[in-house]
Amino acid sequence: MKERVAIVGIGVTGFSSVSPSISFKELTYTAAVKAYHEAGLHPKEIDSFITASEDFMEGYSIFDEYVPDQMGAVMRPVQTVTADFIQALGIGCMMINTGRFRTIAVEAHSKASNVKTLNEVKAFALDPVYIRPLKENADFLAGLEMKRFLEETGNTEEQCAEVIVKNKANALNNPYAAHAASLTIDDVLSSPPISLPLKELDAAKPADGAIMIVLASEKEAKALCKKPIWIRGISWFSGQGNPWCRDFAYADYAQLAAQKAFAMAGIANPLKDLDFAEICDEYSYKELQHLESIGIARKGEAGFLTQTGVTKLGGLLPVNVSGGSLGVGHTYEASGGMKVVEAVMQLRHEAGIRQIPNAKTGLVQSWRGVPTATGAIAILSNE
Amino acid sequence: MKIENVPVKGLSSDEYEKTLKISWKPTLQYAWDNGIGIGKYLQSLKEGKILAAYCEKCGRIMLPARAFCEMCFRPTDKYLPVKDTGTVNTFAICHVNWDASRLKPDEPRYIPAVIEIDGASPGQGIMHLLGNVEPAKVRIGMKVKAVWKPADKREGSITDILFFEPY
Amino acid sequence: MGFRKVAIVGAGITKFVRRAQETGPEMSYLASKMALDQAGLKLKDVEMVTLGTAPDAFDGVHMKGEYLLSGAGGNNKPYIRNFVGGGTGVFAPIHGWMHVASGACDVCLVVCSEKMSSCHPHPQGAFLTIFDHTTEQPLKPTLIWIFALEMRRYMETYGLTKEDIARVAVKNKNNALDHPSAQVAEAVTIEDILNSEVLAEPVHRLDISPASDGAAAVVLASEDVAKRLTDKPVWIDGVGWNLDTAYWATKDLYYPRYVEKAARMAYEMAGITEPHKEIQVAEPYDPFDYKELHHMEGLLLCERGEAARLTAEGYTARTGNLPTCPSGGALGVGNPIAATGLMKVIEIFLQLREEAGKRQVPGKPRVGVAQAWGDLMQVGTVIVLRR
Repeated sequence: MKERVAIVGIGVTGFSSVSPSISFKELTYTAAVKAYHEAGLHPKEIDSFITASEDFMEGYSIFDEYVPDQMGAVMRPVQTVTADFIQALGIGCMMINTGRFRTIAVEAHSKASNVKTLNEVKAFALDPVYIRPLKENADFLAGLEMKRFLEETGNTEEQCAEVIVKNKANALNNPYAAHAASLTIDDVLSSPPISLPLKELDAAKPADGAIMIVLASEKEAKALCKKPIWIRGISWFSGQGNPWCRDFAYADYAQLAAQKAFAMAGIANPLKDLDFAEICDEYSYKELQHLESIGIARKGEAGFLTQTGVTKLGGLLPVNVSGGSLGVGHTYEASGGMKVVEAVMQLRHEAGIRQIPNAKTGLVQSWRGVPTATGAIAILSNE
Repeated sequence: MKIENVPVKGLSSDEYEKTLKISWKPTLQYAWDNGIGIGKYLQSLKEGKILAAYCEKCGRIMLPARAFCEMCFRPTDKYLPVKDTGTVNTFAICHVNWDASRLKPDEPRYIPAVIEIDGASPGQGIMHLLGNVEPAKVRIGMKVKAVWKPADKREGSITDILFFEPY
Repeated sequence: MGFRKVAIVGAGITKFVRRAQETGPEMSYLASKMALDQAGLKLKDVEMVTLGTAPDAFDGVHMKGEYLLSGAGGNNKPYIRNFVGGGTGVFAPIHGWMHVASGACDVCLVVCSEKMSSCHPHPQGAFLTIFDHTTEQPLKPTLIWIFALEMRRYMETYGLTKEDIARVAVKNKNNALDHPSAQVAEAVTIEDILNSEVLAEPVHRLDISPASDGAAAVVLASEDVAKRLTDKPVWIDGVGWNLDTAYWATKDLYYPRYVEKAARMAYEMAGITEPHKEIQVAEPYDPFDYKELHHMEGLLLCERGEAARLTAEGYTARTGNLPTCPSGGALGVGNPIAATGLMKVIEIFLQLREEAGKRQVPGKPRVGVAQAWGDLMQVGTVIVLRR
């Protein structure tokens, strides 16, 4: 990265299944006020603003219209990317690296509870000619992928269940989490089928919430805050866009993004060089598939690492200490943001009872969900 | 560099009719949380009043009511009703429906307008419809007043005001 | 720290049509391939891709960016979609500029695609849901309302007539006769426009650009790469964008203050202090004829309220002092939203290279500006190009 970019402020609401007392504008405002307070900046002092959102998740044809006010960004350079939060963060880093922007605010939120036909929206993302006419629930693609992944790598459904048990238990320590639970492997295995081998508990449940993060150039960051968290590598990739051409056993986008982000951050041995990882776990098997694709686990070994406690809090490389999307909730375009917030709290050593001792470097990863092969990775560090 | 012989074939109506197509009618339903500011605004409409929000710092009386001042970026200090009269800032006379289908000759024309509401800060307007007026008689600067639904028919919606009429 | 320079080195565009035989991904592919061929590059030379496209509701696909990915050359690359409503077409190359200017890559492909004809019964239907769901949609607004409201406010403020406005449509539709992509090029007269169907007084049917399908693409390169590829790079000298409040009825519609802010941002970066003197060719966004006038004023290319008079005097004709929309604009070439904005950028690119053929403006222009507008009278996106 040309110039170092740091996170100098985070703002986050809690996550919850529903949020009837507050509008999406007020939700984002709540997060924005906190982020600007942490950064010690009035929004007038922020050079540019980015929102990550998708129209159909908001119920607007052009949601970009409705973003400036609650960010304090009226009559300012504001843009929308229809992407995950980490991709938006990457655009923010780029803007700072042009040398023309010093501070950038990045926002994403979820009001998934307001979408009354969520499954219909998900199906609306499927290719209109090749896939949609099959009239399947969009989760069927996840079922296909899970089957192929397990078959080819030798990971098992029980090991996927371990991921759920771990993440939902981790969420018990996270006051922001919406879907914390103390479950057993049997609870998961006996949950109703969605698209076998995918079962109901394998899929993360939606949650509402908003996140804002303030980025600053190195010079600015040092002046603004005592504990800047540095973005040492950030990358996003799209793999094979057409689902019918995909190798479902591994996540090409995660592998490509990891290679680039590791090169930027100088990570040679992720298992050793990272203190924790927040991995996309929108479906249980995705955590395992992503761990292998990123190169944290060897092919076929992610389940074993999970079963033997390597990825639990206190293990060699804790994964999704926050509770992940399974425990905190699936927040769509904000998903990566929730993980960045966790990483920042860990790296500032402000994570309370779930603090990883001496955490110095962490990885956050996101995926844009079915039917995409798009995802992002960032490497964050407090030094 | 020359841009010529550009690709893409436009289909005539006839060709289009003969083309194989796949259609999809999505069922997209939303129930948006009104939250604090707009929640109060709608509640107030139900009571036959237009509610604004006041920011002490910039002194603006803002419409519609909102929970925070987007310019000062702080919570609004209080909510206060403004008048249900105002001035036409601009208007249009519309002959088409929302899906671009045409109104029939005998159907009344929509007259949407931006109305600056009395009692709010200058320029603070809302979009609504004008009624009880010959389209040709409408003028920018015209004074108008809200015509409300009967109290027992109001439901906490912008349509609790049927339209604005000259007074 | 020195700033990295970014150049446009290739451009591609499809025909703009009412109903394309091709799908969105196919149109994206055709425009991208043409841009790469023109630049003398292969897809493997492209390091990153950014795509611009307007509402998902047109194509009827949620996460439309992901749907268009394979056509836009995004497979196995960092790929992202940017979206600022109608302003997207000019924002997309600004997004590409960020990619290259930051040092993140040397070659970035910028693609814009729109397939509006997929939306039935009419793409207009997709616009109901641009209005506030709680305080405006219950009134059953149409897109045309807001334009008619703005046009009337603009006309009233400066005492303009419908003839003053219609001259823009006449100029642009005639200009488009020379554009190979044009959908609705016509030798029309002011009377034709004024006699066309009234949709929402004061807006007539021919005041409006048509709904279209089409795609466009450009290849951006860093200074070193650009100089290797071409001896006629066109530099992105200034970029600016701005978003105004969502409470659109609380600001005076007679003047696009957000366009002025975006223009000032771009001009400052480009070192332009007297835009009306320093800019020699302009492509302001003209989805409606009055919008061109509105935007000329916002771009500070003339005094407020003067644009109509200048148009009547021929100042903005292809042979005038400031040729404006020499391409034919959205009114003449067609308006596949995001692709239109990029078409305008491509027009300035060609004009500065003196490769615009019959559309070429005289005087070897060196500096040009393209602009798009979007959302509820909210977004201005501005790019300044220099030979």
